[in-house]
Amino acid sequence: MRTQIYEIARRSVLQTLRQPALVIPPIVFPLIMMAINTGGLNAATDLPGFPADTYLDFAIAVPFLQCSLFACINAGASLARDVESGFLKRLAMTPMQRAALLIGNLGGVMLVSLVSALIYIVVGFAAGMDFEAGPLGVLALLVLAQLIALAFAALGAFVGLRSGSGETVQGFFPLFFVLLFLSSMSLPRPLIEQDWFRFIATYNPVSYLIEGIRSFIITGWDAEALALGFGIAIAMAALAIAAASGALRTRLVRT
Amino acid sequence: MRRFLQVAGAVAWRSIHKVATTPQLLLPSVIFPMFFFIAFAGGLSNVGNVPGFDFPSGYTAFQFVFVLLQASAFGGVFTGFGIAADFENGFARRLLLAAPNRLGIIGGYAIAAAARTTFVGVLLFGVALLTGMQVGGDGVDLAGLVLLAYLTSFAATLWSAGVAMRLRTLQAGPLMQMPVFLVLFLAPVYVPLGLLAGWVHTVAKVNPFTPLIETGRDFISGSPASAGPAYAIAAALVVLFGWWAVRGLRSAEAAGG
Repeated sequence: MRTQIYEIARRSVLQTLRQPALVIPPIVFPLIMMAINTGGLNAATDLPGFPADTYLDFAIAVPFLQCSLFACINAGASLARDVESGFLKRLAMTPMQRAALLIGNLGGVMLVSLVSALIYIVVGFAAGMDFEAGPLGVLALLVLAQLIALAFAALGAFVGLRSGSGETVQGFFPLFFVLLFLSSMSLPRPLIEQDWFRFIATYNPVSYLIEGIRSFIITGWDAEALALGFGIAIAMAALAIAAASGALRTRLVRT
Repeated sequence: MRRFLQVAGAVAWRSIHKVATTPQLLLPSVIFPMFFFIAFAGGLSNVGNVPGFDFPSGYTAFQFVFVLLQASAFGGVFTGFGIAADFENGFARRLLLAAPNRLGIIGGYAIAAAARTTFVGVLLFGVALLTGMQVGGDGVDLAGLVLLAYLTSFAATLWSAGVAMRLRTLQAGPLMQMPVFLVLFLAPVYVPLGLLAGWVHTVAKVNPFTPLIETGRDFISGSPASAGPAYAIAAALVVLFGWWAVRGLRSAEAAGG
């Protein structure tokens, strides 16, 4: 089993590293957006009740989520390509276990996600981020970020396996993008003025994922935010992995 | 001139028909501006209460102008994607052979992009009014805003056409999209120029899109606007990217489509 995971993960990592288009956008695009929003919305810190001194401290949580969205699309597109190219059919004739195939395939995007998270943290500190949770908090943040990336990557894998079409996976990107925008991404929920928007943001799980990461930076160790952030990330990851596993089973039976 | 108009009309009709009858082409150009408008005007409306933010028509109108100009620009970029697709599937090659006036091809794509801008702009305006946008400007002011939107659309279309005709592949998509995206977002998107901070403020001051968006906001609020510089910049961009697109067309001709 371990050898199988290693071989599939190695293939996934190499496949990812050989395509700059899979590595550069998840790292660069969120940083560009953060840099633009930090300058553009810094005035929002003057609003009464705004929880951070600089917009950078508030906004740096967002790239971790954007990177997870890229992980989702990349994982889904990679598996869809394997379906389209017949690679999965050939694998089905080997003694490869489903779990090894799924875990190994997520290896590449998880690696990109980890590297991206480290880069965001380094860039954040270089830009003057005030990190309240201390060194242990950095480690905990990385764990939460990886959990979130795993949840979204597994979701992408589910879509990729279920549809077997890279185009369909790409078509899901706007949907996830909408979830991100309709969250507490740009302003804290209590400061969202429009009731309907605050309502959506309150019921949008992405808000709690962002707030979990954000809490390490602007509050320190906030038990409620962390419980919600970790809880939702774990639940999403478990559900998505179960769904992806089911889709893989169906896909292998079909072939 | 008659040949130019014939070719432009035919290319425009085909592009409009193709977009109108293909949901996966039509929907992104409609849904994304609506979504940005909802996300910005709804989620960030409290930003209008920041000290120093004194836009008379309110935050919804403030964001409407940005989203309208953004939709116009991206309508042009999406048209560029269509041109690249035409080169990939071989249609553009046949078009180059058949067209008695090839400049009409560019003209046709620009007309198609303008039609897209009209469609999305009308929808956006309707949604904005329904969500309570206050319009302080009169009919002449709104006409001024619409003209700015068309000029933005033409400039973005010509830029994207130049790229598409040089590279002739859909893989050039990010090259068409990314510069437009950066120019748009490095302007005063969320707050007026004076409230921007750091390097974004420095860049926004020299960004050619900033006067366009500020003038557009002056129009919607009915504030006295000195629109001359904005129109001069927009016209200069159209001329510059028009030259870029024509050179791109010559490059495609030299390559045999």
